[in-house]
This record gives sequence, C-alpha cells and structure tokens, in this order.
Amino acid sequence: MSANRATYIAAIILMVIGLVTPAGWLANPTAFAFALLACAGAGLCFWSHSLSVDHVAGTLGLFAGAAGTLILLSGAGPFGTQAPGLWLFVAGWTLFLWQRLDVLARSAGHGVAALLAPGLFGLALLYLWQVVVTGFAVPQVLLPSPAQVATVLGNRADILWPDFRQTFLKAVLAGFVIGNAAGFLTAMIADRIAFIKRGVLPLCNLASAMPIVGIAPIMVMWFGFDWHSKAAVVAVVTFFPMLVNTLAGLASVDAMQRDLMHSYGASFGQTFAKLRLPSALPFVFNALKVNSTLALIAAIVAEFFGSPILGLGFRISTEVARLNVDVVWAVIAVAALAGSVFYGAIAAIERVCTFWHPSYRR
Amino acid sequence: MTTDALALPALPRTSGANRLAFHALPVAAVLAFLILGWYALAVGLNSMQVTDRFKRDGITWTTPQLLAATWSMDRPVLPAPHQIAQDFYQTVFATPVTSKRSLVYHAGVTVSATLVGFVFGSLLGIALAIGIIHLPVLDRSLLPWIIASQTVPILAIAPMVVVVLGNAGFTGLLPKAVISMYLCFFPVTIGMVKGLRSPDALQLDLMRTYSASRAQVFRKLRWPAATRFLFASLKVAIAGSLIGAIVGELPTGAQAGLGARLLSGSYYGQTMQIWSALIMASLVGVVLVCIVALAERLVLRYQGSPA
Repeated sequence: MSANRATYIAAIILMVIGLVTPAGWLANPTAFAFALLACAGAGLCFWSHSLSVDHVAGTLGLFAGAAGTLILLSGAGPFGTQAPGLWLFVAGWTLFLWQRLDVLARSAGHGVAALLAPGLFGLALLYLWQVVVTGFAVPQVLLPSPAQVATVLGNRADILWPDFRQTFLKAVLAGFVIGNAAGFLTAMIADRIAFIKRGVLPLCNLASAMPIVGIAPIMVMWFGFDWHSKAAVVAVVTFFPMLVNTLAGLASVDAMQRDLMHSYGASFGQTFAKLRLPSALPFVFNALKVNSTLALIAAIVAEFFGSPILGLGFRISTEVARLNVDVVWAVIAVAALAGSVFYGAIAAIERVCTFWHPSYRR
Repeated sequence: MTTDALALPALPRTSGANRLAFHALPVAAVLAFLILGWYALAVGLNSMQVTDRFKRDGITWTTPQLLAATWSMDRPVLPAPHQIAQDFYQTVFATPVTSKRSLVYHAGVTVSATLVGFVFGSLLGIALAIGIIHLPVLDRSLLPWIIASQTVPILAIAPMVVVVLGNAGFTGLLPKAVISMYLCFFPVTIGMVKGLRSPDALQLDLMRTYSASRAQVFRKLRWPAATRFLFASLKVAIAGSLIGAIVGELPTGAQAGLGARLLSGSYYGQTMQIWSALIMASLVGVVLVCIVALAERLVLRYQGSPA
C-alpha cells in the first residue's frame, strides 16, 4: 500500500471517529450530513483510480467537511474541549487536505492549474483559523475570526476608503513616483560620470544597512502632518534601491554588445536608448517591485509619528489603543490587498516591457 | 519582493586595499559635497526663525551673524552637522552608560531585541527552507504564500503584536523580537531555498552513485553549497531585524530604545535627539551587517573556498 492510500485511510478513520464522538452532531443533522459527505469524498478518493474523479470528489469532500463543521459551530452548545469529536474530525480533515495538496502539487501544470494548490492552501488556512477561533471562543482582543474581519470590511467601508485614499492614493503613489524618478535620474548621472559612481555606490550600500524609515519624525516636522510628509519618507526610502539597481542594470551590458554598437558608429544617446536602457529594464523593474512593498511600509510607519485623523497607519494605532482588534485586522487586510495589487500591476507592466527576458520563456 | 532581490550582481572582487584606494577619494568628495549642502540647507531652513527673532529683538544683523545663528540654534528645523556631532558625543561618551540619557543604553535595548529576533527568525527561515526543498506540498502551496506575505506591509501589524502580547502579559523584549523575527525569516527562506537547490544535477547524481541517504546529501552537499546564499540573506535579514526592533518600540509609548528616542524627540520637537538616534541606528545597522560579513569570511575560509 502506498503512502498516499495510507494517509487517506488515516484521514477517514479520524473523521469517522470524530463523527461518533460527542460534539453535538446529533443536535445538528445538517452539519452531520455535510460531514458524512466529506468522509464519502475521502473514501471515493481512496477507491478510485481516476485522477479526474479524485479531483472532483476530493474538492467537494473538503468543502463539505468545512461547511459541516462551520454549520455545527454556528449552532449553540459548548465547544472547545467539550467537543472532542469536532477536533478529531478537523484533524482528519487536515490530513485529507494535506493528501489532496500533495496530489495537486505533483500534478500541477501551468497557468490557472498551478494556482489550485496555493489557492486551496490559503482557503484552508482561513477555514482553520475560523474553526479554531470560534471553537475555542478565543477572545476577540487576542485574535478575531476571519468572518468578524470580513464584517468590519463591509460595515466600516466608510472609514476604510478615506484611509486608503489618504495613505495609498496620495502619500504612497506620490512618494513612489518622486523617489523612483529621482533614483533613476541620479543613476543616469552617476553612470555618465565614473567619479560620482565610485563615490555614490559604497554610500548606497551603507544606506541599505540603515533603518531609513527613522527619518519619518524629521519629515513630519518639516512637511507637516498631512500626506506630504509621508510622501517625502516614501521618496527617500525608495530612492536608494532604485539608484543601486539602475546602476547595476546600466553596467550589465557586456563588452561584445558595446563593441558592436561602437562598430555601428552609434552615438552615446543611441547606445543608451537601444542597448543599455533595455538591458537595464529588468533591474529597474526589480527595484520597482522591491519599492512597492517598501513604500507602503514607509507610509504606514510614518503615520505613527503624527498624521491628520485619517490614514491606514493612524487607524491602526488608534484602534489598537481602543482594543478594536477586528478593525485593525480589516485595515491590515486593506493594506495587504493594496500591496498585492500594486505589486501585481508592476509585475504585469514588467511582463509587457521585458517580454524578451529569458525568465519569461516557456 | 521576489527571489531576484537577493541576486544582485556582486561588484568585481578586488582586494580590500585596492578597493579602498579606488573608492576613497570619490567617497570623500561625495561626502564633502553632502556636508556642504547640509550646511547650506540648514541656513535655508533655519533662517526664517532666526530673522524673526532678530526682528523681534530689534537687532540689525549682518550675514556672518545670521549664518552663525542658523548653525547654533537650540531647536533648529535642521541642525548643522557639528551640532549633531556634539549632541552625539554628549549622549554617547559624556553620559554614563546606565543613565537613561545615554544613547548607548538605548542602543543596547534595541540591539538585544534585534539579535533575539534575528536568531529565531533565521532559524525559522532555515527550517522553512529545509521543509520546502524536501516536501513538494510545501513548495507548491506554502512558498507562494510566503512570497505573497511580503507584499503585505508587515510592519503595520507591529502595534497590534505589541498590544496583544502586552495584554497576554508579555512586555519588553519579546514583542519587539517577534516583529524582528517576522521581518527576518523571509529573506532567509528565499535565499536558503535557492542555496539548498544550487547543487547541479551532476553533483546530485554523484551522491546517488554513492547511494547517499537524503540526510547525507543534505549534510555533505546541499548545506555547504548554500553557505554563500545563507550569508547574503543573513545580511538582508539583520538589517530588517533592526528596522523591526525600532518600529516595535514606537507603540509602547517611548520607554526605552532607539525607536523610543525617535518618538519622544518627535513629541517634544527635539531635533538633535532625533538625529543622534538616527545616526546611532545607522551605525548599529552598519556594524551588525559588517559582523555578519566578517562571519561569512571566517566560515568561507574554514570551508576552504576562496573568500
């Protein structure tokens, strides 16, 4: 018997034991039915030898199991340590999930299919978080459940949207553009004049070891509480990665290519536009991607040093002080989403601009 | 932040003395230019307050008087470099280390949290990398989330970690170390996944012909091959760890540490205090990275590779 089938058997045994152990299953027939479906799905995965049957039965089984436990938890009744059956079932479900993820990971292809395993993993994490928090009645101050966070996201959109606009659309975007443009221009100047380049590079390497975010209180003092000071911090923080990467990119042209341009009698401008700029683009985009994360962090941290009564960082620090941890998690979700979309947008532009790069070859 | 972030091309390796001579003059020139610019900027930013004061007192002033006044204010908008140097000397050397006014004391508080977070974060990062290269499930389903987690502004959770852990009875060093740890583990995981996978197929085949076990392949081939990657990521990690510790000190209300110095300086408009703390933080960062670099050279020499 292969290890795969042993895991399925262990999962099924755990889930079935969970179903016959007291956890309030009898009081909630719907939950019980869904949980049975999960066992059936795992059983089908165990018996069948067809991969497509496996996929359908496995996915449906996992979702049924999750639905069953959530329905059970929505009912009344003491859970936590008084419902051992629930936790045995969840343990079996997790084994089932692990096995399904293993199969998906081994058979994953390209494109959308490659997203299945991480997608399922993410959903499962959310589900386990929800089950543990509601099952053990974890105080909301310690850790709110995903459902509570989602409720806040829906209900408090009227305060979250202005915060987002203040921090992201104003401070981050403005600072990002200024910092990257300044870094890029400085790199072009330093590239032209070797003396400056030799002087600037070691200092930039030093700067990467320094906590530059610390200039935030100074910028707040200079530019006031509004978004301008945050944009200034973002600009300074994004400047150095852009400078270092652009310099490295402009230097990445090899001697043969340079000689070829020389033999064509190309001017400096032509060599720059047709050879050196394109070969520097992957480095520039690398800096843009690194900076997209840095920029958001810098803006939020800068708001801890003083801001008008809105902004993501301001919201986090005030709601933490009031112990409204669910609002804090909602703000973090907004920031995470903004960061991911920002990063994704830059990655998409990169794909269009540097389509020739070897890393995109199939 | 992708895996490429760690793959910046290294500068051509020349001997230390040569590199110093090659860079010394340009660096000195750039530094001199920066300091001169700083003095000029200090005049520009501070002159408004100074002229206001002169006018109020009914004094007619000359340019040298104005310059001298802008470079010696008590609470300047931008202190001149020599003022910062003075304040730095005052708080570092002229104050006993045990005093709360000593910058060394605050730096010590921050560095201890940085180091604890660094050690645990690096261990976590290495453990995750080992899991990822050995289990395809983790590689396919966990690694994408680890990468995605870095597009999340992780420092945003710093206040929550501090408050929640504080509620649970943990205060002081631990919450800061947790934040540092969170910032540390990512570069180490990514670098180590790359490093542990860096042995090529030929080398792995050789181990197979020796019928080496997985553990033996790991110990004799993968681990030594990953050394350079490990140290490259440790340098990134320790810089991140310092940032984490400093930001972790902000929400506790300015008790001790470099972050607290920054915050209280910003509350009370003490610009000199902010700049001194900033310089101390930068120095600490550079020294920590240098220590990691030194450890790298020692380890590489011990392993017999050309450092």
